[in-house]
Amino acid sequence: MAVTAREKFDNIIEIKNVTKVFDGITAVDDVNLAVKRGEFVTLLGPSGCGKTTLLRMIAGFEMPTSGTIMLEKQDVTAVPPHLRPINTVFQKYALFPHLNVFKNIAFGLKLKRIPTGETDKKGKPVFRKFTKDEIAEKVERVLKLVNLETYGHRNVTGLSGGQQQRVAIARAIVCEPKVLLLDEPLGALDLKMRKEMQLELAAMHKNIGITFIYVTHDQEEALTMSDKVVVMTDGAVQQYGTPKAIYDEPANAFVADFIGESNILSGVMKSDFLVEFCGTKFKCLDKGFAPDERVDLVVRPEDIFIAPKKGALKGEVVSTVFKGTYYEMEILAEGYQFTVQNTVERKPGETVFLSVEPDGIHIMKKLKTVNEFIGTVVDETTVEFCGGKFEFVNSSGLQKGDAVRVTVPFDKVELTDDEADGCIGANVTQTFYKGTYYQVQVYTDDDTDFFIDTVDEWDMGDRVGIKIKPEDIKVEPVTENAEGDGND
Amino acid sequence: MNKRVKSALVWAFVTVMLAIMYVPILILIIYSFTDAKALGVWNGFSFELYANLFTDAEIMGALGNSLILAAVSAFLATVLGTAAAVGIYYMKAKRKAVAGFVANITMENAEIVTGVAFMMFFLAVNIGYGWGALIVAHTMITVPYVILSVTPKLSQLNPNLYEAGLDLGASPIGSMFRVVIPQLIPGMISGFIMAFTLSLDDFIVSKFINGGVETIPIYLYNALAKRGADPTLRALSSVLFIAVLTVLIALNIVSAKRRKAEVK
Repeated sequence: MAVTAREKFDNIIEIKNVTKVFDGITAVDDVNLAVKRGEFVTLLGPSGCGKTTLLRMIAGFEMPTSGTIMLEKQDVTAVPPHLRPINTVFQKYALFPHLNVFKNIAFGLKLKRIPTGETDKKGKPVFRKFTKDEIAEKVERVLKLVNLETYGHRNVTGLSGGQQQRVAIARAIVCEPKVLLLDEPLGALDLKMRKEMQLELAAMHKNIGITFIYVTHDQEEALTMSDKVVVMTDGAVQQYGTPKAIYDEPANAFVADFIGESNILSGVMKSDFLVEFCGTKFKCLDKGFAPDERVDLVVRPEDIFIAPKKGALKGEVVSTVFKGTYYEMEILAEGYQFTVQNTVERKPGETVFLSVEPDGIHIMKKLKTVNEFIGTVVDETTVEFCGGKFEFVNSSGLQKGDAVRVTVPFDKVELTDDEADGCIGANVTQTFYKGTYYQVQVYTDDDTDFFIDTVDEWDMGDRVGIKIKPEDIKVEPVTENAEGDGND
Repeated sequence: MNKRVKSALVWAFVTVMLAIMYVPILILIIYSFTDAKALGVWNGFSFELYANLFTDAEIMGALGNSLILAAVSAFLATVLGTAAAVGIYYMKAKRKAVAGFVANITMENAEIVTGVAFMMFFLAVNIGYGWGALIVAHTMITVPYVILSVTPKLSQLNPNLYEAGLDLGASPIGSMFRVVIPQLIPGMISGFIMAFTLSLDDFIVSKFINGGVETIPIYLYNALAKRGADPTLRALSSVLFIAVLTVLIALNIVSAKRRKAEVK
């Protein structure tokens, strides 16, 4: 019975609709995630994407604003951290400076109560502490596991970063947690040490069979170590899959851009298995899009072939950098600067032809094709949305106070250098180069995202103003079923 | 002005300043080793004043009172101050600023005002002057110094340390005592010593509320007022000065050593 029930616990951790709001800022936004027993799962994303907050909620240091966290089918959302069978390796180790290596590792064991197997008069199981010998034996064993056999008596403050990290890992795994959480544990180490520890951690995961949930912003680390990767941005999961699936088939432009080098372009699906970009039609392996649907597509630099005479796109080499085993070249073709990796060098200025095999093109649905907001009409020619008042052409006789759905195409939004020139202010959060233009994502002061297609380049963090011509704002009355989150 | 002149002036200034501060004390110490009645007369070297000092029951009584008062109030101030420092440290920014300011008031306030306030307070709540009043007052005026010396230790703390304790199975209180407090001990010790010396030294506040209890500063004041400059007071003052100086030097050496160890 127990065994079959155990096998049924396929998912050791289940996160259901978890949202965390800090002082009005949403750090984690309706995340759903299931982690299988024994897996090595990495939460990957840029800083501030909510990955650490999610980890801290699994550990119990933060309570979700809403949603539930299940551990082996038990709701642990409100269980305090010291009662969860989960241990954490902290970013800056958080070793106890007043204790030596041995005592640091023994800390958790000394507090642990284990069932003796007996029951008291009321039928409740009896618990006991570990004996001194048991503790010593367990500590020696993990010290061996992390290659620090002779370090037990050492002071933790005298150890190198790598050694401290090993002690931190030993201290967590000695408690035999159901899940081990690792919060950017290698962030403070130098490159060489980091590479070594990556391999060691992966090997350790195989040996001890504990479920690992690992947080990092380093995509290479995520791809090399994990069974599954969760790519996050803005508090939401963008994609969850094996490293290979995430690299080969990114769900959207953000994932493609974040994972590895990539050429991200805008294209149009002409028919099933046929996509047009850079003015040329290419065969691809994707289908199921509407005719002439605008899509994002990604072509990895290693999937572009270069030939001197024949190919789909004619281009000119802009620059070449030797990268050890291959050359990375920037090649300008049809107005798009392709990044191409090849073992054969082409000199800058050379004319070349580029081609891509169908399996080298990965088509992604556009995240959004138009900015959409819910607003209110404030007078005959003014509509208010995103905390700003915009002039519009009132052709359908809307009244003051009407709730309306406002749509603005990406390429009709104008960004201004001076915030005061625009109707509302915003910060640039992301820019993608899409071949002939940039797609810029900005975050307004009232917490909504705007997408803008522009030929100008904007830097992340730029403070900008947003301006829209009255004739480019489409305003329609809100229909009944369209209430709610028009901002998403 | 060239550099050499500048540094010469700085040196001259520092020398004069230090001389004004320390020459009177030095003279006092030198003349504590002669038994002449009047200060400035050298009757030959003798330990007589010290012999008188340690056999004088009244002085020894006052010294005992002072030490007990200092020990008890410094202990209470350390407990309260540490708890307050931890509480204030984990407050949100706005409240933190307010609480920090309020906690510092007795330190910045004119002591005479604090003294009068305590006098009226104890009268109002009907607590008699004497030991109880002295312990409460001394604890209150030294708590800010403990907070001040514990807070830096808190800000040096790895922010995850407390959580690491919880993570490994310690309850919130357990983690506080097993993990956080041990990191604060150096700050608590220096806070305790500061509170102890401040309490030994306090005259103004004590004078209002001491009732019949005589501490060393009060004894000194009373003795001077009643009998004039008793030569034994020279020895007493010297002993007090040397004792406090020794504690301060020891404290500095210990904290310098610790800093060195931390750098390593």
